[in-house]
Amino acid sequence: MDDFYKEYILDHYRNPRNFGHLEHPTAVAEDLNPLCGDKVRMELSVGADGKIDDVKFTGKGCAISQASTSMLTESLMGKTLPEVATLSQDVVLENVGIGISPTRMKCAMLGLKVAKSAALGEIATWPDEAGH
Amino acid sequence: MSVTTSSVDERAAQIAADFPILQTHTSRGKRLVYLDSAASSQKPKVVIDSLVDYYSNYNANIHRGVYEIAARATDAFEAARAKVARFVNAAQTEEIIWTRNTTEAINLVSFSWGLTNLKPGDAILTTQLEHHSNLVPWQLLAAKTGAELRFIEADDDGTLRLDNLDELLRGVKLLALSHISNTLGSIAPLAQIIPRAHAAGALVLVDGAQSVPHLPVDVQALDIDFLAASGHKMCGPTGIGFLYGKRALLDAMPPFLTGGDMIKSVAYESATFNEVPWKFEAGTSNIADAIALGVACDYLDAVGMPWIREHEVRITRYALERLRALVPRGLEIYGPARAEDRGGVISFNFADIHAHDLASILDLEGVCVRAGHHCTMPLMDKMNWSATARASFYLYSTEADVDALIAALEKAAVVFKIA
Repeated sequence: MDDFYKEYILDHYRNPRNFGHLEHPTAVAEDLNPLCGDKVRMELSVGADGKIDDVKFTGKGCAISQASTSMLTESLMGKTLPEVATLSQDVVLENVGIGISPTRMKCAMLGLKVAKSAALGEIATWPDEAGH
Repeated sequence: MSVTTSSVDERAAQIAADFPILQTHTSRGKRLVYLDSAASSQKPKVVIDSLVDYYSNYNANIHRGVYEIAARATDAFEAARAKVARFVNAAQTEEIIWTRNTTEAINLVSFSWGLTNLKPGDAILTTQLEHHSNLVPWQLLAAKTGAELRFIEADDDGTLRLDNLDELLRGVKLLALSHISNTLGSIAPLAQIIPRAHAAGALVLVDGAQSVPHLPVDVQALDIDFLAASGHKMCGPTGIGFLYGKRALLDAMPPFLTGGDMIKSVAYESATFNEVPWKFEAGTSNIADAIALGVACDYLDAVGMPWIREHEVRITRYALERLRALVPRGLEIYGPARAEDRGGVISFNFADIHAHDLASILDLEGVCVRAGHHCTMPLMDKMNWSATARASFYLYSTEADVDALIAALEKAAVVFKIA
């Protein structure tokens, strides 16, 4: 976990990419993580070719939630909404690298959950989330 | 009493030796530095042993068995109630009702007393500092009865603003407030507030979750009508807590949960109810944990509640001094400035490190602190904090624990590259 707070994580935390709002978003979702009080709102714009051509997010919370969301916005560019809706947690794990403790997994996955919810038009759930 | 700091710390270290978990180390080999007693306290060996003793030697249901171990279990269960009654100086043992925790005790009053006694035009008064457990039940009660919910405002350090209290109390049937804020550590001046509430015709429910474990609470001296507390925060097991209520109030209240054990006689069409306190204890009680909570009361009494309070003030003062040295580097400390004015609870934030990241880094050093909204989301919004880290102390906390906290904060500053 001490390895987790790498230079690029802190950079995304302190200088989040694609932070702000879109004028005319195609799909929007927001959610919070009640454990940490992390909040993320994501706005997606889909072009005529069906691919995401712009993403903005706003949020506040821990470095893990905000940096992983910032990195995710870069990964979403060029994907279709059905592709976003079926993204697995691997996309976040690949972005942030190793070392997230199980207790902080929800922080890391908040941005992805919101992106998938925007793409689906309903709240996305994880297969392992039952009972939480 | 004049005691040097080092001898005080020696006493706390001796006390810590009574707690098996405080002798353990984390998976990274760090000494466990437990600074989250406001969330749940650790348990002394005598309390753990009492659970094993009950299940090993006299496990039986109570209030009905005629055989020896059932009688022994019943006696121990009722003796534990008497210990809790003495612990808060209740006039009668029957004024103590077992619940699962503080939350259930507050809900009991809300459902039983509240639904019976409140009507449109009445008001419930609480404060801006409350834990969700002493807020949500009153929100729902107000919605169900048409009563109005009002709030005593708090200053940024958690001090309640009492200048307009008499005005706020107009039409109030119940004032529900926490004795000590679990987020800011501020202490409500009950001796000043309760007489004013009574003069206005209001009953007073005190959420004692953060005070009963940490300082002497005397329900008769303070003239408290209802007091709620949790066993697991006072060296007892989880799953057991209690409600104190004045006998006349409890006698007049209808049952909350219904079923076995709370009845006198039952016909197919109707039932008559048992006496207080059993009227409120439907179903088989949490026998083992109630007995163990009685043992925890004995343990705390043997150490001495006045000593525990003095010790926590000293440790809190020491922690405030050491934390203040980090203020120029971006540490913010919340709550009352003086240790005497607060419980052993310190909320803080460090520069732009989010509280959860801070708690994760402290965890690597074996230092356990709480991070988040502390179940006080409206207060966090009012203060404009998304989260705070919180260190909290108890009778076993030592200066060495505080030193470990400071060293771990230095480590966090390195990780987050804070000058």
